[in-house]
Amino acid sequence: MTDASSWRTATVVDARQVGSHGRILHLRVSEWPGNLAGQHVDVRLTAEDGYQAVRSYSLASAGSESTLELAVDEVPDGEVSPYLVEDVQPGDQLEVRGPIGGYFVWTPEHEGPVQLIAGGSGIVPLIAMARIHARSVSAAPMRLLYSVRAPADAFYADEVDGLAGEGFMLDWAYTRTAPAGFPRAAGRIDAATVSASTIPPGEQPTVFICGPTGFVETVADLLVAAGHPPERVRTERFGGT
Amino acid sequence: MSVISRGFGARRRESNDRLPPGQYLTEDFPVLSAGPTPHVSTEDWEFAVVGLDGRRHTWTWDELHALPVDTITTDIHCVTRWSKLGTQWRGVSLDHLLERAGADGAFTQVHSYGGYTTNVPRADLSGGKAWIAFEFDGQPLAAEHGGPARLLVPHLYFWKSAKWVRGLTLMAADEPGFWEQNGYNMYGDPWKEQRYW
Repeated sequence: MTDASSWRTATVVDARQVGSHGRILHLRVSEWPGNLAGQHVDVRLTAEDGYQAVRSYSLASAGSESTLELAVDEVPDGEVSPYLVEDVQPGDQLEVRGPIGGYFVWTPEHEGPVQLIAGGSGIVPLIAMARIHARSVSAAPMRLLYSVRAPADAFYADEVDGLAGEGFMLDWAYTRTAPAGFPRAAGRIDAATVSASTIPPGEQPTVFICGPTGFVETVADLLVAAGHPPERVRTERFGGT
Repeated sequence: MSVISRGFGARRRESNDRLPPGQYLTEDFPVLSAGPTPHVSTEDWEFAVVGLDGRRHTWTWDELHALPVDTITTDIHCVTRWSKLGTQWRGVSLDHLLERAGADGAFTQVHSYGGYTTNVPRADLSGGKAWIAFEFDGQPLAAEHGGPARLLVPHLYFWKSAKWVRGLTLMAADEPGFWEQNGYNMYGDPWKEQRYW
């Protein structure tokens, strides 16, 4: 059995509301082996009578620190996310296993340009990549296109705005309500948005897209139509059709 | 000994004997893919079985449909923990295709349009356990779910049921496919929770 396959006790050290129905949780985990940006964990909850439920969550944290960060969006009628968003408090315990995943990851050794595209809470694995990028001396240009319904729905809005600068380009897209004076009208990402707000295919970026299924389907199709080779477009989806 | 999560359990799901350990029921049909959805027309579609002798046997869309078509009602289980019970499919049993390739090769590598691969032992694709499926719930299989045709191997985790399937290669020794090289188990039995390495 590898290290990543055993359950570890995690203690909630911080929980704060984010967006309209989400929460950022910090979990302290002893002997955490560290994780790459983009990896996820299994979270296991156990009720007093022994009943258990497990779900996977992307990590917003990356690197060697032993405090993990999850950002959980509440799924209506969910079983685990309502507990994590509404009920859990600092001091409570749960279990995690991981890190898991070897494909939807970015490391600073990768020197080519990187385009990140997030829909809603799909920002979580991508903020991990952006944080590692900011912390490293990577010369890889990185650009983030972050689509949310309205400004209040964004996770990590201030941090994301603070990342913009040399080596990191930032583009917001609002699907329902744009802030006053924002140059792009509210609406779904279309070919024009892709053309104006992402690294062009000629620069051969690796693209990471994360968000709800419909969002990822649409955006990935637009990128392929714009000339990005499918093998350089990596996707992570959540929710059903 | 598991730690107790204080106050957890108020919204617990119903249990069901058909659910493998660690799975939960969904009525939805989640989509999980590593990249963009390939869009393959049935005119261009072809399925190839390559035997251990290197010989390539192929079927066009029409040739596949000329084979006996089964209606399959089955439960499916994704490694990301959702299960869907009583799903309805139509497709052609792999038995009809594998028999053309001879009896050699205990393992297979399954190939998809778009470059996805997954390894499945030959014994798990034969004996009425696996199909090339092209209809779901009475409708042609949607592209995001693997249409025009996907592999259907319901007794293994669903990443083995390769979407946009285009063929398989018989092999003498087992070799990891795409997710198997990226952290997932070589076999993937849901009842043994063979999820990751």
